[in-house]
Amino acid sequence: MKTVNSMKLSFISKSVNESFARSAVASFLLPLDPTVAQIADVKTAVSEAVTNAIVHAYPDAFGTVYIEARLTDTGRAIIKIRDRGIGIPDIAKAMEPLYTTSTDERAGLGFAVMQSFTDKVKVRSTVGKGTTVTLEKLISRSEDGQK
Amino acid sequence: MVDLTYQDGAVTAKLYGEIDHHIAPSLRGEIDACCESRRPARLILDYGAVSFMDSSGIGLVMGRYRMITLLGGRLEVVNIPPSLKKIFTLSGLEGLGVIK
Repeated sequence: MKTVNSMKLSFISKSVNESFARSAVASFLLPLDPTVAQIADVKTAVSEAVTNAIVHAYPDAFGTVYIEARLTDTGRAIIKIRDRGIGIPDIAKAMEPLYTTSTDERAGLGFAVMQSFTDKVKVRSTVGKGTTVTLEKLISRSEDGQK
Repeated sequence: MVDLTYQDGAVTAKLYGEIDHHIAPSLRGEIDACCESRRPARLILDYGAVSFMDSSGIGLVMGRYRMITLLGGRLEVVNIPPSLKKIFTLSGLEGLGVIK
């Protein structure tokens, strides 16, 4: 799978940046000519991952959230959302639907939404070092990743 | 953004634009304040003009369900656009019987 385009961005973990982050990733996908539903799916999944980083990775102070995205020659979008926050002690538990450690009226559906709205979700985390969530979604089936 | 109206014992909260973790607390605050002052028999959340939402929009429904139930009223969620059906289905909120 060859990368045909890539981008990186980083921003402070302020909730006002959630909209910026999902819109930036959605714009990056446009050369693959995604459908409206595909754009909505990716925006929703990215919003969940970024919100997790803002709420859970940096609970007591601001930190930096990093996004790396690439488009492949097989028409896939691969999006990594990374933080250097507190990490997740039990990933399997965190990914259970309705599980949340937040008291801020969170639905506990973040990972369930990511899994439902993309083709593949991978989570790597080290306590005290941070978490990387990788989202993968097929957008276009064309040979060079562009229509 | 939310427009709140009160008529015939019902508070209608018409929601606009995007709902995420950044926006949801202000919506929650406005809706709860209105319900606490009006004590309506019904709270109607109208999602018809919501262009995007993540699971924060589901959290908003779950929290309002608890709030209005404690006040002795009932919740209705109306006008869910096709683009939001997927996340509402995933949430299991249909089991609460609040989606009209």
